[in-house]
Amino acid sequence: MAEGKRLNWLEPRPGGLYCIPGDFYVDPVRKAERAIITHGHADHARPGNNHVLATHETIAIAEARYGSNAGRSFQRVRYGEVTRIGDVSVRLVSAGHVLGSAQVVLEHGGERIVVSGDYKRSRDPTCAPFEVVTCDAFITEATFGLPVFRHPPARAEVERLLASVTASPERCHLVGVYALGKAQRVIAMLREAGYTDTIYLHGALQKLCALYQRLGVDLGDLAPVAGLPKQALTGRIVMCPPNALADRWSQRMPDPVTAVASGWMRIRARARQRGAELPLIISDHADWDELTATIRDVEAGEIWVTHGREDALVHYARSLGLEARALSLVGREEDGDTETELEEAGP
Amino acid sequence: MQAFAELLDRLSTAPGRNVRLDLIAAYLKSTPDPDRGYALASLAGDLRLRAARPSMIRELVADRTDPELFRLSYDYIGDLAETVSLLWPQDRTANATPRLSEIIGTLGAAKRGQVPDLVAGWLDRLDPTGRWALLKLITGGLRVGISGRLARTALTRLGDADLPAIEEVWHAVEPPYAALFDWLEGRAARPSLAEAMTFRPLMLAHPLEVGEQAHLELADFRAEWKWDGIRVQLVLRGGQGRLFSRTGDDISLAFPDLMQALAGDAVLDGELLVMRPDGIGSFNDLQQRLNRKTVSAKLQAEHPVGIRLYDILFDADRDCRDLPFTDRRQVLADWMARHASPRLDLSPLVPATDWERLAEVRADPPHPAIEGVMLKRADSPYQAGRPRGLWFKWKREPHRVDCVMMYAQRGHGRRSSLYSDFTFGAWRGDALVPVGKAYFGFTDAELKELDRFVRGNTVDRYGPVRAVEQSLVLEIAFDGVNRSRRHKSGVAMRFPRIARIRWDKPAAEADHVETLEWLIA
Repeated sequence: MAEGKRLNWLEPRPGGLYCIPGDFYVDPVRKAERAIITHGHADHARPGNNHVLATHETIAIAEARYGSNAGRSFQRVRYGEVTRIGDVSVRLVSAGHVLGSAQVVLEHGGERIVVSGDYKRSRDPTCAPFEVVTCDAFITEATFGLPVFRHPPARAEVERLLASVTASPERCHLVGVYALGKAQRVIAMLREAGYTDTIYLHGALQKLCALYQRLGVDLGDLAPVAGLPKQALTGRIVMCPPNALADRWSQRMPDPVTAVASGWMRIRARARQRGAELPLIISDHADWDELTATIRDVEAGEIWVTHGREDALVHYARSLGLEARALSLVGREEDGDTETELEEAGP
Repeated sequence: MQAFAELLDRLSTAPGRNVRLDLIAAYLKSTPDPDRGYALASLAGDLRLRAARPSMIRELVADRTDPELFRLSYDYIGDLAETVSLLWPQDRTANATPRLSEIIGTLGAAKRGQVPDLVAGWLDRLDPTGRWALLKLITGGLRVGISGRLARTALTRLGDADLPAIEEVWHAVEPPYAALFDWLEGRAARPSLAEAMTFRPLMLAHPLEVGEQAHLELADFRAEWKWDGIRVQLVLRGGQGRLFSRTGDDISLAFPDLMQALAGDAVLDGELLVMRPDGIGSFNDLQQRLNRKTVSAKLQAEHPVGIRLYDILFDADRDCRDLPFTDRRQVLADWMARHASPRLDLSPLVPATDWERLAEVRADPPHPAIEGVMLKRADSPYQAGRPRGLWFKWKREPHRVDCVMMYAQRGHGRRSSLYSDFTFGAWRGDALVPVGKAYFGFTDAELKELDRFVRGNTVDRYGPVRAVEQSLVLEIAFDGVNRSRRHKSGVAMRFPRIARIRWDKPAAEADHVETLEWLIA
């Protein structure tokens, strides 16, 4: 790697993270001429960009969400494939966050910067695992950047859901999940745990589940809730977006056990605010141990921390003797205290 | 401990009373003695443990974690037990989890200096849920939404005894309640109440709702003043006496002057007040006598207390509780005639012939220590708890002042990530001085707006406290004002709450401290 690092060719701008020699943005928050999109969540993939480079799956997700607004032209790449944009070499590698999610590996002037987007290190049957790429500067998320966030094994949480289904056969289990990623991961893990019954879906989840299945992720038997009589859902698992839990929609469930699958469920006050009787700590974001392990694994001299709880992670990185700073990117949930975070950031 | 921790964890997110009852009953049925008894005592708020101070817990965690990471985590979560339970380094080599009864027994026998090591050892042996439950248990205050009454209601699932029967014996039994469980599960007779100088559960009133008068026939009721003191139960038997707070805590030791002056054999209900030859003292007067470990002769002389009696439950061995209110009042008057004391008097009846007249005297009562009117059905029996339709309290309208928000802090529990604790001030000259703090009175929607205001108008930060732009007027409702040496303003409000958010009102038009000073009782 280069002596006398500059690392001055990638910078936060009001429009997002901007690469100067390549004249492109990563996950722009405003319409950009040229954009690289890490993954399909709405705070990273926004509509209206002109030229979009992303994985095949991420573009499929953006098209499913935004239709013709997803972008004017697309460059669909595979993990590992190298593209040159201007004087910059660009490569996407898997981030383990949701299907198609990628880290962006940028090389220029002998320096390498990795933009991780959102990521996790724990196993997810619906997407490729996180790949470690050593670099000079690593840009990390910090959604769960406090040492109180240590996610238990997701499999154990799915077992708790199944135990509750068995224990309360007269009730329905209504599971609040983010529509992209979390829904499909929880379904796939239920299948791995041996649950073969039909799983019922709120309308807002159907499109992306169908897309996952088309892209080769096996989710078993799924059926829409719409049109079913209340009694048909007794003893069943129903999935819906988190904001539907408190909605009138949920009143047509027979005596539901309200479950929420999210990393925030680690905190009881959050579980109560959400009205979760059965909080399931299942997250698609790295927890504290994964964040800190990744910072060590990538061997970068500089750590730039984006959205989430930056302070603690910056403090940790500095305690390792690394240069670290918080990048304030507009358009991400900065404070993370608002409830909208559950919908927007899609943990 | 693991079963108890799981129970608390489930209770902390359980929706509704029935799910909670099911959880507690299932736990009591499946858990052995004595663990379940200690758990029950803890849920009912009757477990007397030497409480661990939060500062001790902080010191323990400080030895094991990075202080900056602890600070950031605690500020974010807003709950010490939860923060520490999640931050505590897991010891995977630790022995089996401790039993609840082991923890209680060991703590009871330990010397103060041993407590930190004991607690640390247990924390090492528990998982995050177990650590959280342990810390809640030993710092006193489970806050899982369980009342003592609900915990006792769960006991009705163990056998045939109904809730009134369980409430009746509750104060005669001690954790871990072996005698109680033996009775409930049919292995023994009911625990005896005869010798014990036992607290009997009090009868409480419902607030009179707006417009409810139209549905009540005033002639069916008797009216009394609602005195602003401490509701107490006095138990006298065989030359001895005990004074209980309304929750059944024995507070006799704080009032030796009163207890020495009383004789007889009865269970009485009344209001503890400062009673001087020239009249009743204010609540502020009474406060001088509360929460003191030692009571000096001077204090006893300057703030003599007595009881204004409302009711009689037992006259010697005669149980009067099924008599109508009017008959009990006669029994009480007769008893008082036989046991006259300057420390006791009878709460007078207030003439109540029509609602309008009653509303007038309620608005302008003859004494500052009166906070409203009580209405009791003439035929009401003395029924423990808060039965419907028998007793009503009709409090005075609160005072209101306009103050300006000065500081905000994140709340705890359900509101831990929102700025929900507000310090507000009133004008003295051209500066604001803090006059109080309020945590409630607003709706969830208003809380979000207040939270947004704080975040958008922060001018300074002191640890978890944010100073805000002094621009938002809060209309504060409160029940009274005391003089305070602790507060810079010299006044302290009683029971302040945010009545309205005055987004429309300029801060310069808020009230002055003098307005509050006029209200000092």
